[in-house]
Amino acid sequence: MKVDTTEHVLRAYGDRHGDGMVQMSFVLEIPPGARAREAAKRFAEAHGLSEPLVATQELCAEGFTYFVVYGHSKHTVDVSKIEVPEISTEPLSREEIETRIKKRGKKIVVVGACTGSDAHTVGIDAILNYKGFAGDKGLESYKGFDAHNLGAQVENDELVTRAVALSAEAILVSQVITQRNCHKENAIALVDLLTKKGLRDRFVLLFGGPRIDHKLALELGFDAGFGPGTKPSDVAAFLVEKFAPPSVEVA
Amino acid sequence: MANVPVDVEKVARCRALAREIATDVQAYIDTHTSVGAERTMLRAYGADGVDDRGAPLVNLAVDRLRDNGVLGLGAAHFMGRKLLLGASSVQDAAERMAFAPETDRGEGGPSDAEVRAVLEPFAKAALTRIDDARDARDALKASFAATPTPQKYVIVATGNIYDDALQAKAAAFGGADIVAVIRATAQSLLDYVPFGATTEGYGGTFATQENFKIIRRATDEASAKEKRYIQQTNYSSGLCMAEIAWMAAVERLDMLLNDAMYGILFRDINMCRNFVDQYFARRFIARAGITINTGEDNYLTTADAVDGAHTVIASQFINEAFALRAGVKEEKMGLGHAYEINPWIEDSFLMEIAQAQLIRQLFPVHPIKWMPPTKHKTGDIFQSHVHDAMFNLVGIATNQSIELLGMFSEAVHNPMLMDRYLSLKATKYMFTTAKHLGEEIEFKKDGRIAKRAIQVLDEALELLAQVQTETIWDAIGRGAFGDIKRTRTGGKGYKGVAERDARYHDPLLALLEADK
Repeated sequence: MKVDTTEHVLRAYGDRHGDGMVQMSFVLEIPPGARAREAAKRFAEAHGLSEPLVATQELCAEGFTYFVVYGHSKHTVDVSKIEVPEISTEPLSREEIETRIKKRGKKIVVVGACTGSDAHTVGIDAILNYKGFAGDKGLESYKGFDAHNLGAQVENDELVTRAVALSAEAILVSQVITQRNCHKENAIALVDLLTKKGLRDRFVLLFGGPRIDHKLALELGFDAGFGPGTKPSDVAAFLVEKFAPPSVEVA
Repeated sequence: MANVPVDVEKVARCRALAREIATDVQAYIDTHTSVGAERTMLRAYGADGVDDRGAPLVNLAVDRLRDNGVLGLGAAHFMGRKLLLGASSVQDAAERMAFAPETDRGEGGPSDAEVRAVLEPFAKAALTRIDDARDARDALKASFAATPTPQKYVIVATGNIYDDALQAKAAAFGGADIVAVIRATAQSLLDYVPFGATTEGYGGTFATQENFKIIRRATDEASAKEKRYIQQTNYSSGLCMAEIAWMAAVERLDMLLNDAMYGILFRDINMCRNFVDQYFARRFIARAGITINTGEDNYLTTADAVDGAHTVIASQFINEAFALRAGVKEEKMGLGHAYEINPWIEDSFLMEIAQAQLIRQLFPVHPIKWMPPTKHKTGDIFQSHVHDAMFNLVGIATNQSIELLGMFSEAVHNPMLMDRYLSLKATKYMFTTAKHLGEEIEFKKDGRIAKRAIQVLDEALELLAQVQTETIWDAIGRGAFGDIKRTRTGGKGYKGVAERDARYHDPLLALLEADK
């Protein structure tokens, strides 16, 4: 099964270099049995697994079987050809953040909300509220930020109106619910609205949530995206780089 | 039996303080009503349907009372007047309230005594409808063997009620005892209940009377097939908590998520509105014999689960006190809590045992609702499955009553068929393998678990004393629960609250209030 790989052409690693070993689990709409086992094997083969081993097949609902399959994936990935936009901001200490904003001479005004029907404020609260997340205090806790958390179920219209009224420089949008891509629709609608009103360039637009990454945010027309595990200080550092770059110190 | 030390005098003080906290609020409740409460009464008398733009008739009728400044007389008063002035039925009366060209300010015409008299048979019929549904549900339930505890509770959340019905049956097949249809995330802040069967919803499915019927049919079929009674749960929360409580009562639901303070804290619903509405909701819930599930588990998702453990217990005492005032029996109070301590803290498992066992002992006849880890779950589904196993072990060892099963994909997506299957399988394993563990072990008298339980109860007592002194209104104002602060006139729905007129009298409410 061993296939030549180079430093940047990777196969999945089981217990030997190049064995391509992967595990997959899935459900097929068929009762368990010999036919189901064969179906699972062929299904795995269709996904590029050779010598698939159906480790278990179990009835998980009437007419449905749950499978665990191991096999050698023939697929490779050439990492030298991958370009992923990453937020290049280095972590900054609280002191550094406060000092830089102080030198800038005015607070960075930030407005955040869960938009559309989303009622889950856990993300926006973690980033903006004083309490923060995992011991990392939120933007409210910084002297240099004027953070406004508008909460849940805020319509794009209202968000824009409030952002303008508060003279915000950055808008943070959090989307937790992602059923049928409603998070993308809401986000695109916001960018469209800002563009239509000629306000898109007035704000730095940040997008956050468990299913969000920087690449997706850029694709949707935002300036940055923050995924799961993002700490308030990550967002603070990003905003400081935008609004209070170190060059300000030199000048 | 593995017990933690509990000082009965401290527990009695907790209960006494909670009673005083509720009494203070009850004085407000007894002199106020809301658009949500009055819509509920109209529905209970039999008004139903929507206009050609989808607005519920009860909203049109009650909004008109509010706009005319006569909401404080109660909707029943106007319904009675319409009946005396020629309306042919409750429905016709409600339509006249909504659409009649002339404005009725409740003055002149029939006397209050005549209004009461004409409403009396309708109030009795409304009560009978609830009682019949309750009796039908209890009879069906009694035809099956009792479900052993902890009862296994799973959620379905497809957004489409017909898919939910399929998933509910699959869950029953997999061993679930209780199926909850998660509600569409936007619904808690809607000031009306959508109408009919719904097939589009984000984060869940709309709670409507028709949707309740569809799931009831599915769970009844599943009960017959699995030869076990399958319970149905929905959400009596948000701005329509009372209306949904009534719908659940007549559609034979078994459980409702229903909390005296959840809406205030987590949905920013106005305090006055929420306290009034929870009372009306619980009056129907009590009559229907529905088990409530309270939401203290949520405190631990916003506050730290180690530092905030006592807030859960203080709130459980308060929820109990409010529920008792609405006639809910202790046997129907599923007080909530959760397994949310950071699992990487040394001895966090011991603290979870202490909390679960303490709550079990503080509320011995209450069907305690035990929620799984969510906050510290990550996309590592394998680790997540182990985390849930530890939760299940505590659940069976401390005999929690209702256990919402953890899902290994908690941090990833709404549960898929396979996720639910594996969760049920692992839970069945743990509940079987450790069935009598709690009866076999004892905790060291001065050990870590005992000390933790004592500490948490002491802190709960201290918090209750403080809340009693400052009143619940101010306590919520300073963020005593879940680190969330709310003000008395802030939040959503305050405009829908009205002071009751001295002439306010609703014969159905009076019948419900006759239940102690």
